[in-house]
Amino acid sequence: MNRSDTRAEQVLWPLGFGVLVLVLWEVGVRLFGVSPAILPPPSAIFAAILRSGPTLWEDWVQTVVKGALNGLWMGTLAALILAVIIDRFVFLKRGLLPVANFFAALPIVGLAPIMVMWFGFDWHSKAAVVAVMVFFPMLVNMLGGLAAVDMMQRDLMRTYAASHTQTLLKLRGPAALPFLFNGLKIATSLALIGAIVAEYFGSPIRGMGFRISTEMGRLATDMVWAEIVVSAVTGTALYGIVSAIEKRVTFWHPSQRG
Amino acid sequence: MKNILPILTVVAVLIVIWYGAAFKMNSTWTYDQAARAGTEVTFSDLLSDTMQQTRPLLPAPHQIASELWKTTVEKKITSKRSMVYQGMITLKTTLLGFVFGIVIGVALATVIVLSRVGRLTLMPWAIISQTIPIVALAPIIVVLSNAVGTGTLMVPKAIIAAYLSFYPVLVSMVKGLTSPDQMQLDLLRTYGARQSDVFWKLRLPSSMPYFFASLKVAVAASFVGAVVAELSTSAISGLGARMLIGSQFGEPMIMWAALFAAAILAGLLIFLVGSFEKGARHLMGGRAL
Repeated sequence: MNRSDTRAEQVLWPLGFGVLVLVLWEVGVRLFGVSPAILPPPSAIFAAILRSGPTLWEDWVQTVVKGALNGLWMGTLAALILAVIIDRFVFLKRGLLPVANFFAALPIVGLAPIMVMWFGFDWHSKAAVVAVMVFFPMLVNMLGGLAAVDMMQRDLMRTYAASHTQTLLKLRGPAALPFLFNGLKIATSLALIGAIVAEYFGSPIRGMGFRISTEMGRLATDMVWAEIVVSAVTGTALYGIVSAIEKRVTFWHPSQRG
Repeated sequence: MKNILPILTVVAVLIVIWYGAAFKMNSTWTYDQAARAGTEVTFSDLLSDTMQQTRPLLPAPHQIASELWKTTVEKKITSKRSMVYQGMITLKTTLLGFVFGIVIGVALATVIVLSRVGRLTLMPWAIISQTIPIVALAPIIVVLSNAVGTGTLMVPKAIIAAYLSFYPVLVSMVKGLTSPDQMQLDLLRTYGARQSDVFWKLRLPSSMPYFFASLKVAVAASFVGAVVAELSTSAISGLGARMLIGSQFGEPMIMWAALFAAAILAGLLIFLVGSFEKGARHLMGGRAL
């Protein structure tokens, strides 16, 4: 029980489980003759992905690149800037942190119809929803991160006669990085949810949310699943990219050394 | 409570900014109307008009407050236009999803902690599950639960809420169940305790503070899940559905009132679960994490 996991075990077990689920799904659907409109077998979904590559690509660019990623960097940047400003004023921080914490727990995705009303059907409204959704978790995490330096380290910077900016750049900024990546991990999955939901409220004739709702309307379930696969792969890949960067950048942090 | 003054200041500033934005954004419409009628707009006209349009781009806070008052206190709660009625439906979905989420989260955490194979197999998939945008799955979940014969939209909506809320419980429970240190585990071994005894008498009790701490996050996630579910399953009742209806019929006031009703309900839920957590912690001897 105390033997540590080998690399092969870490990959093979989850992979095997995934394959097993797919096989059971395929066999189950064929055995019980489930209608493809309700649950298509994995082979049909795979065929749909191969068949409609260009459509999937176009939807992906519209939703992920234009909607989600644009919103992601806008929201993150705004949160970063605000966090650095707020951090200078204790009064502001004490007032804003509870408010931001509260907002971070709200279903901000409900703003989607309002943003569509303000910014129109194209990707701008999607990016706006994503930016607002991402903003609060990022702000809370960044404020937490900037406060994550202990007194001893701060005192050391003082004995060096470091200015506020220098302390921020050399000590507190780097110390806040693990929190930044934590926030980003939450933000990437929120961004995809926001971008897709906003498309249910109006969209040009492309985009993953648009495709899912229209293909569902004509019971082309294999196409819906194809979009789900694309969104799942995208979500996992974004998370993976953030983790990979985190590993490179915060190699010194205890959580990465273990 | 020493933060009360800063919080109030921040909220007051936000409201002032809001009024400013409402004035600015709604004035376009006022100017437009005046230009069509061929009249001049004085500043006082502009001010009064932007604060009371029926279909404003951004309603002023007092308009939302009065709309909320109208749709909660003045409407009968059996009316479909009552936010209380719609809120109850969202609340039911949330609580059902919350319960599902707790059960699934605790069950998976138990498997992951007790079995090495379970941990290797399930933990990566639990993480992956949260990176998949649940909204994409929503229509499929509706179709599948209809095919299984659940009849109403309540079950698929609760599944979506549970999908988001099981994860915080899972992560905290894994942390909690593995929190007893080697010394304590060794002690139980010297007593000749069986695996099941170790679980029931050591691991489970020591995981409780972690469990209660996760509930607040889980209930918020469940509520967000319920609203997302209502937005994406073309539900006809619930706060999320009111937002949809407001959007489709071009009634911004309904959207804003539903949004604020959702915010208030979320605040209440988080507060209640937070108080419950405090009470439970107090009963267990005030152990904090």
